[in-house]
Amino acid sequence: MVRHFRPFYVAVRARPFKHRSCMNFTNFINTFWANTISGLSLGAIYALIALGYTLVYGVLRLINFANSEVFMLGTFGSLAALWILGVPSAGAPKAGIALLGTLALMLVLSILFSGGAAILLELLAYRPLRRRNSPRLVFLISAIGASLAIAEAVGAFGARKREEYPFGRVWNTRKNLFKISDFDVQVRHVMVIGGALIMMSGLALFVNKTRLGRGMRAVAQDAETARILGVNVDHVILITFAVGGVMAGGAAFLYALFFEATRYNAGFLLGVKAFTAAVLGGIGNITGALVGGLLLGLIENWGAGLFGGQWKDVIAFAVLVLVLMVRPTGLFGETLGRSRA
Amino acid sequence: MNATPSGDTTPKTVNKITELLGATRRRKGLGIGEKWNALPKQARICIALVAVALLYLLPWINPPIIRTEDTDFASLLAGTVVPYVLVALGLNVVVGMAGLLDLGYVGFFAVGAYSVGVLTSKHASLPWFLAMFIAIAISMVFGAILGAPTLRLRGDYLAIVTLGFGEIIRLSAQNFGWLGASEGISSIKRPPSIGPLKFTVLENKGYWVFGLSLILLTVFLISLLETSRVGRAWTAIREDEDAAELMGVPTFKFKLWAFAIGAAVGGLAGAFYAGKLNTIYPRDFEVQKSILFLAAVVLGGLGNRWGAILGGFLVAYLPERFRFVSDKRYFFFGLVLMIMMIFRPQGLLPRRLGRGRAKGIDIRKHRAGEDEDDLGVVRSSGRG
Repeated sequence: MVRHFRPFYVAVRARPFKHRSCMNFTNFINTFWANTISGLSLGAIYALIALGYTLVYGVLRLINFANSEVFMLGTFGSLAALWILGVPSAGAPKAGIALLGTLALMLVLSILFSGGAAILLELLAYRPLRRRNSPRLVFLISAIGASLAIAEAVGAFGARKREEYPFGRVWNTRKNLFKISDFDVQVRHVMVIGGALIMMSGLALFVNKTRLGRGMRAVAQDAETARILGVNVDHVILITFAVGGVMAGGAAFLYALFFEATRYNAGFLLGVKAFTAAVLGGIGNITGALVGGLLLGLIENWGAGLFGGQWKDVIAFAVLVLVLMVRPTGLFGETLGRSRA
Repeated sequence: MNATPSGDTTPKTVNKITELLGATRRRKGLGIGEKWNALPKQARICIALVAVALLYLLPWINPPIIRTEDTDFASLLAGTVVPYVLVALGLNVVVGMAGLLDLGYVGFFAVGAYSVGVLTSKHASLPWFLAMFIAIAISMVFGAILGAPTLRLRGDYLAIVTLGFGEIIRLSAQNFGWLGASEGISSIKRPPSIGPLKFTVLENKGYWVFGLSLILLTVFLISLLETSRVGRAWTAIREDEDAAELMGVPTFKFKLWAFAIGAAVGGLAGAFYAGKLNTIYPRDFEVQKSILFLAAVVLGGLGNRWGAILGGFLVAYLPERFRFVSDKRYFFFGLVLMIMMIFRPQGLLPRRLGRGRAKGIDIRKHRAGEDEDDLGVVRSSGRG
């Protein structure tokens, strides 16, 4: 059983170079804009997934290890939408209403898959543990188990192969829009970065302006007091998981647009990186997740330009380790309860 | 889990009730250890000797129900069970005894395997046993190097950092041509034959005898540690790190020791693995292995070395015995982990009760959101 954890999106990255030295500044300069734009795009996806970690951590002080698989299920939601619509057989690219409809169904199914998975996870895995007042590490081990079970359920009962989205026939997301320096910015770059920003603004509004959002902040700040003051804590926690799942679903949709392929283990690496992003920005902090995500995307792509693509993941993990050791509170170091956005 | 709640918040009656409950539970079940201790010493020694002899003879006996139909039983025992059991023993020191959740343990396994690979095949041609000892030492050093900066973190943060380190080790092995890159290292030496014990492709029984001896030796050394000052310090750290620190336990030093010793055992397992399989690839050391190792320890019973052995054996053996689940095993292990955390978080063989030892599961401290600051970071008292 051969498992590949190397993400297939490595292939999408700027072309490899053949230089013997350990750092390659020429390559770094040459691919600077390519790496910047793809770094920001990747970073936007990291940021959305990071929200799932950050929200749950803010409220429960729990690293929801299975958030990565929640995201992975979302990518299969988009795929299911394309299967339902029977796109593989359709010939010409769609336009107008048909295109919007397809995209909307993909987004909705992604969100349903991810949000549903997140809710089930809370109900089946975490809530029973809370009832038993289990220690923290029991939660974490259960989360690891859930993550393994979800990924392998897709892998063992579905397929282990890479699933391509028959997306090119719907819409060419690789159409060049404009140039920055000599790098062609494509439709997908704009979609991903724009989409992530829109979703995050929506989330910020939700957390800050709605009643439920206030409940979340209250529980994040002090669950016991919130309970005494009449907040239904279990309900709020469920909502928190659901919101995290919705964000992961949005990320999955954008991921589908960007990479046009997924796989049962696509979540793992992205999950760890998204977690890194959350820690980098300050876990429990929504702005932190955005900044951390974008920053991590940039760092690892620039690093890849400098040291070579095969070191990309090592760079991300090294960032994680360094951040946790040097400044474990992250750049913004606030929790959800105290944060304003 | 008859945890006595902290006195300041709980009335005495509740304390009493908890104790009574604990007592009945103790009498009702979980009594293997007690029954065992109740036997006369001679009987215990006899039973242990017979059991060990039977274990050594396992590949020759080839017992009908236990043996695997699709794979050579001896080869399974030697090639899979021994490394898994060793790894579970080592991980149990880190997670079970000292309470440090390590998700990158496969990294030390990899260090051990690659050390033997590099020293006997890739860049040198040392004798196998010498290479094994060097591999153990290198793993230990790695444990200390990785542990020193990370042990300031607690709980889930430590878990994520170690996971990161585990991946860094694997990816480095995959990227450095010096370590064979993605082709790995092949034609690693086998241990030289010792008298009648032969180590060849077809002769797995020798490996089993050798491996079982390593396991027994490890168990012996670990149980020495467990009852020593070091073991008591680990228990104290696991139960309440701050209290341990206040009582004068140099927590950082002992956590580092736990990491290093755990890593050494992991390296030993890796060395054995490399000596058995003779070819190693970076993809043998993926994170899922770490999770499988953890599953083994949790399944068997955190903090109990017999539990760790049982867990390691089961995780290695069940997928081969029930070949049809082989591809789905990770799925089942995931489910089992989840279900166990709800219904039996202490594992199949929980840590022994009584004799003033720690009771119940080790990790009941640090309830979600309670007695740690937001990040699970020890801010001032991290270093000993």
